[in-house]
Amino acid sequence: MSTVVATPGAKDTKKKSGAGAMTDRSRSEDRLGMKLVAPAVVLMLLVTAWPMLQALYLSMFRYRLTAPDDREFIWFSNYATVLSDGLFWQDMFNTVLIMVVTVAVELVIGFAFAMVMHKVIFARGVIRTSILIPYGIITVVSAFAWQFAFSLNNGFVNSWLPFVEDNFNWFGGHWSAMFAIMVSEIWKTTPFMALLLLAGLSQVSEDMIEAAQVDGATWWQRLWKVILPNMRAAIMVAVLFRALDAYRIFDNIFVMTRGAQETESVSFLTYRQVIEQVQLGLGSALSVLLFLSVLLLAYLIVKLFNVDLAAARGEG
Amino acid sequence: MTARSSRHPRTRQLRRWAAPAGALTLACGILAGCSGDGSGTPELVWYTNPDAGGQAAVAEACSTDDYTITTQVLPQDAGQQRIQLARRLAAGDTGIDLMSLDPPYTAEFADAGYLADIPDDLQQKFSEQGFESAVQSATWEDELVVAPFWSNVQVLWYRKAFVEKAGLDMSQPVTWEQIITAASENDGKIGVQANKYEGYSVWVNALISGAGGQIATGTDAGAEAEITIDSDAGRAAADVIETLADSEAAPDDLSVSNEGTAGATFGSDAGAFLVNWTYIWGNYGDDQLGGDIGFARYPQTVEGEESRPPYGGIGIGVSSSSEHQDLAVGALECLTSPENQALNAELTGNMPSSEAGYAQPAVQELFPAELIALFQESLESAAPRTPSPYWSDISGAIQSIWHPPSSVDEDTPGESSDFIGEVLQGRSLL
Repeated sequence: MSTVVATPGAKDTKKKSGAGAMTDRSRSEDRLGMKLVAPAVVLMLLVTAWPMLQALYLSMFRYRLTAPDDREFIWFSNYATVLSDGLFWQDMFNTVLIMVVTVAVELVIGFAFAMVMHKVIFARGVIRTSILIPYGIITVVSAFAWQFAFSLNNGFVNSWLPFVEDNFNWFGGHWSAMFAIMVSEIWKTTPFMALLLLAGLSQVSEDMIEAAQVDGATWWQRLWKVILPNMRAAIMVAVLFRALDAYRIFDNIFVMTRGAQETESVSFLTYRQVIEQVQLGLGSALSVLLFLSVLLLAYLIVKLFNVDLAAARGEG
Repeated sequence: MTARSSRHPRTRQLRRWAAPAGALTLACGILAGCSGDGSGTPELVWYTNPDAGGQAAVAEACSTDDYTITTQVLPQDAGQQRIQLARRLAAGDTGIDLMSLDPPYTAEFADAGYLADIPDDLQQKFSEQGFESAVQSATWEDELVVAPFWSNVQVLWYRKAFVEKAGLDMSQPVTWEQIITAASENDGKIGVQANKYEGYSVWVNALISGAGGQIATGTDAGAEAEITIDSDAGRAAADVIETLADSEAAPDDLSVSNEGTAGATFGSDAGAFLVNWTYIWGNYGDDQLGGDIGFARYPQTVEGEESRPPYGGIGIGVSSSSEHQDLAVGALECLTSPENQALNAELTGNMPSSEAGYAQPAVQELFPAELIALFQESLESAAPRTPSPYWSDISGAIQSIWHPPSSVDEDTPGESSDFIGEVLQGRSLL
């Protein structure tokens, strides 16, 4: 197990020392490296940067695919329309709410799962696999499964929960529908969180934990003073990945409510504008805003955890 | 890593790529017939909505020595059908020759120039052949842009035993108020389509039309159309929805109900009334409910004013990007002939769009004579959704304001009128 951690660490240090002393040879190696990656970079720019620029350009038009003659350049009006619209802010609120709640719940459950996977002695493979199964299921499939589970007509949730009436329509109200969506999201992605946390957990040196134990630290103290601080980088990566993922939530909403009962997310709103209403201008403006907000979110999370990713990797 | 590798692994890698590439070329060869000015007869590709094989059978029946017609199935959901077709057509996809179009999107496609012109003589033929509602929904800017193929209409289905218990005389036209009262007083439920989807707009449109109103007029002006939903008719429609939503007759799943779930409610013990399309007879008719099923004209919104049942169906259009436009336009005549409308009806239960189609013996045998008469009568006075290139926006705006049904009150028509206007002007997000 420790070898798993040691390998990438060793590689990193080697690279670092190489970069420190710049000889002619290393400089020419660098140049060769640049040349080797150049085709890939160009290809990436073509397939990612170009569509992004195209979206930026399109976002300044009033442009509906089915009315191409009415296309009109309107500068930033689409952004003004979006940012001054109540629907956008309501969807933004939904999205942030789903992100905060699901990531928080997943972090706790995921950590518990990671502990189980880390500590389990018997049937290790079986237990690890069964914890990971939900993550292997396609999101649309899991969304359908949960929709059926919560459905009034053929679901079982109402009959299983003692405090819920048999004719309760989960998708008939905003909060209950949001709850169903979040449950599905949490069920599906907790294993991913657990997997990322497990990687962090296995990086924490057993020696440190043992030393703390010898010093008389309780289990709780070991968790908060030793394990968690040493996992900070892994937790950040897990939270970052999951938060960005949850922020772009789409499938569950699409399958379970189609945005009814005000359960729409920003991605879903963007989808509806671009794909359903073929409003290329307005939709592009939304996707640009979505992209910028994802960037902002990533920046905030990195700042919040205050971890230097490169340094964190070097520590191992 | 590959810089120092010998030739062998590279050849192996090449070979690894060569196999799928070869398979791809082979597949393209097989598929090439689609776009085919290659050898043999040209192939006309008809994009159809999913059905039980009716359109495929018609395609086969209409294939001649000059061309073969093959079908490609579109998604189940009408909105998704529109999206797939619109995106392909906007990109000038030559792989579509013929397409089955839902009425509410016909105007949008015609306005965008996606549909090839139909010659005047054929237009006249199709107009004379089809029911008025079918022709009306196939027309945009005084031109018939698709050939009406099959027509659907909603009627009021009821449980005979329930109606007897409630003492309601179904031989006379009934109003929404009457059936809501009868159902609530006798623990019955009324099945409707009130999920946030096109089906809900269909219901709202039928209610408004039934009160002599319209959602919008002057839709030729596109985004400048006059929105007329804020009217007495609009308020009468809102009143029906509000009354049902607040009553005991509302099913528990009212706000998420669609054609399928409404049918299930009707089939359950609490089922009393249902407004739904013709195929309900196939699901619950005959002996499925022990013969406990009756049918009547769609309920009136306002007492004494003739109801305007919802109209649905399919028209067949020719793509303006098709490489075989002339052949495809020529094929329309065969595809929508009364005989083939009957063949389609026989296989799918989707009823013809013309009197001549109804007159075919095969169609007459599909349903009891009174039901056929009811369908035909309903079709003649059915209310198509307002043809407009912006119907999907109008419909979306209605769904957004009128959903959930329990939120509907007398202010709803006014709110939706303002909102539709803002959406059409691009001032509001939908």
